[in-house]
Amino acid sequence: MHIAEGFLPPAHAVAWGVASAPFVVHGVRSLTREVREHPESTLLLGASGAFTFVLSALKLPSVTGSCSHPTGTGLGAILFRPPIMAVLGTITLLFQALLLAHGGLTTLGANVFSMAIVGPWAGYAVYKVLRRYDVPLMAAVFCGAFVADLSTYCVTSVQLALAFPDPGSGFLGALGKFASIFAVTQIPLAVSEGLLTVLVMRLLVQSSKGELTRLGVLLAGKRSRTETEAVAR
Amino acid sequence: MNRNTKINLVLLLVVAALAVLPLALGLGDHKEEPFTGADAQAETAITELDPDYEPWFTPLYEPPSAEIESALFALQAAIGAGVLAYYFGLRRGRRQGEERATARQQAADADAVGVPGKSPADGA
Repeated sequence: MHIAEGFLPPAHAVAWGVASAPFVVHGVRSLTREVREHPESTLLLGASGAFTFVLSALKLPSVTGSCSHPTGTGLGAILFRPPIMAVLGTITLLFQALLLAHGGLTTLGANVFSMAIVGPWAGYAVYKVLRRYDVPLMAAVFCGAFVADLSTYCVTSVQLALAFPDPGSGFLGALGKFASIFAVTQIPLAVSEGLLTVLVMRLLVQSSKGELTRLGVLLAGKRSRTETEAVAR
Repeated sequence: MNRNTKINLVLLLVVAALAVLPLALGLGDHKEEPFTGADAQAETAITELDPDYEPWFTPLYEPPSAEIESALFALQAAIGAGVLAYYFGLRRGRRQGEERATARQQAADADAVGVPGKSPADGA
């Protein structure tokens, strides 16, 4: 999904970098505060970062006959809120840009914006709204992760269409072109990511009830008990 | 196998099916090079839209071959999977340890008041 090194004109590259920087700085602050106030959450933070590492290394075939990979940012956004995911996502993108020539340093700002900022926020928003309307936890987690994944690739398409509008049909024409490459390919992968995120969340509900309650994913009340029982049954 | 494990296995199976189906159904057959990366296709699309565009920066380090690249991707996945496995293993071990400690404590309490309780947890 990442925009390859050098494939955004300099002005765009700088603009996306400037747009992303405050989110990442704010994220670093949130992350240090979280670790200082709740040192016990360091392990789960590591696990959330690890989930992104695994998922964004898995290139999977899709219905369009091409390959792409999930992002894994929905889980951390739901657990620790999106600002922290901005940092964990940036670390993953840096690893891939420096060692794998996947993505790049000049396109890091744009890729951070799509995968580490918009994806987590969009997924988190969907999750929160669904939970407010009493949608069951796992259904909300699935939708959140699905949206985090798919929205990332929609943003990538917009970024490329802005930089390379179609000579005839302009921005919208180019958007259609890039979206058919990225977004359509991504739909089944987003389903996979949703299911894997649900799987990890189920394991967390079984193993880390206290932590999830503190993070507000499970409510310390009657409702959370029925939910835990539904999973533990 | 309890219901929980079954649900988890079904989730994994569906993910596997979603990955295998495009291959099994030959959904890449209409392409010259089936199942290439979407990002490489985007690069092609860019060159179609703007034939004069030249990437103005090249990666500082590029894996010298496809083998090295796949090794590094595998490394990335392995690091992630390792940390996740460590997390869940640690949690499970802690929980079992706590359960054993509680069981032992209860047995000790029962002994102390002279009520014949269960012997301390097996293998503790």
